[in-house]
Amino acid sequence: MLKNRIIPCLDVKNGRVVKGINFVDLKDAGDPVEQAKIYSDGGADEICFLDITASNENRDTIYDVVKKTSKKCFVPLTVGGGVRSVEDINKLLNCGADKVSINTSAVENSKVVIDSSKKFGSQCIVVAIDAKKNGDKWEVFTHGGRNNSGIDALEYAEQMEKNGAGELLVTSMDRDGTQVGYDIDLMSKISSKVNIPVIASGGVGNLDHLVDGIKLGKASAVLAASIFHYGKHSVKEAKDYLDSKGIPVRI
Amino acid sequence: MNVTIVDYKSGNISSVINSFREVAKEKVNIEVTSNPNKIKSSDKIVLPGQGSFKSCVEALNNIDGLSDTLNEFTLINKKPLLGICVGLQMFADIGYEETETKGLGWISGKVSKIDNQDGKFKLPHIGWNEITIVKDSKIFKDIENNSHMYFVHSYEFVPNDKKVISATTDYSTKVVCSVEKENIFGTQFHPEKSDKSGLKIINNFISL
Repeated sequence: MLKNRIIPCLDVKNGRVVKGINFVDLKDAGDPVEQAKIYSDGGADEICFLDITASNENRDTIYDVVKKTSKKCFVPLTVGGGVRSVEDINKLLNCGADKVSINTSAVENSKVVIDSSKKFGSQCIVVAIDAKKNGDKWEVFTHGGRNNSGIDALEYAEQMEKNGAGELLVTSMDRDGTQVGYDIDLMSKISSKVNIPVIASGGVGNLDHLVDGIKLGKASAVLAASIFHYGKHSVKEAKDYLDSKGIPVRI
Repeated sequence: MNVTIVDYKSGNISSVINSFREVAKEKVNIEVTSNPNKIKSSDKIVLPGQGSFKSCVEALNNIDGLSDTLNEFTLINKKPLLGICVGLQMFADIGYEETETKGLGWISGKVSKIDNQDGKFKLPHIGWNEITIVKDSKIFKDIENNSHMYFVHSYEFVPNDKKVISATTDYSTKVVCSVEKENIFGTQFHPEKSDKSGLKIINNFISL
């Protein structure tokens, strides 16, 4: 039976982890490679890096991080943030990323998803959708949530599936950082609309939220950042909890 | 000993290279090449594959002398070869992804889309699934039945002779996820991304 996945996400800025696990035995709490290794040793089903480096001159730092991580972690590695072109995707894959998530450029230029999924295969193309509720629908935001594209998130999700995305990483902007749980309505609507896996993101504050994301939100995988930071919960605790709630996980 | 990972521009093979180098350490030399002469002189071959059946077969045929060299290595010299994902699928006579495409024909059978039962099962089949070992395979030494492996695919290999199947996984149907026929080995899952169990399979292959 296919298992639901738990994906810890690390925010990386200028090659350093911004918020991370705060374990006493960590040699260097800002080292993304070391943190990723802790997650994969702890049973993470995948690792996600979100590069939030703002300046262009430091953008190459992520390539180095990916190269080093892929030599130490033997679970899938997804990298997103600032991916602009097919060439950017190519570089990340060559450094050892297994999947690349595309956000703003997927909205601005549909060819990026179409061309990259043809060239590298759908399996490595994740389209990240940042959605915010407006009335009775959700709109897609770009540029790290700063710009409203006005595009309907459900229609967009369907279009991205057609364009060749292998998975959708759906983040509720209303919930992101609030720790009050995923936007279940958004997750389940998108998941029912498309036939590719949906990864739920944004708003996890406790382990029950992960359960809800899968059971009610119909997500194939749940992504979380802060609950795994500062040692609040380990990936193993999360998996044991999901297992106790009857959700199939890899233990 | 030399193990060659065939780099025929079939997409992203960095993870395959990293995992084989991790397992091989200094004991085994891992080459990455598409040069037929280097392939001829190696002891074992790894045939990865990402993207569609059609694009992989085309990429393979685009390199002069490569498919002849692989045929000779595998069918005449009978040296060990491990196909991963589309690398395994290409063992078939024919594949139906995008359009009908001829495969290598090493293990008779076809590659067709997984029956998703009208949307009941999402495709691609992505994530960790348990494997059911149905026959002893040399690459499954010390691998427990029902071990989890990492999958990413929408198409499945359906061999005519069921005796070649060494493991299946449940996803809509019993999907063939590992085969062994004499010196030919293949996994539909990605051992290079399947954590410790995956690395053990790689080690088993290297140690053959």
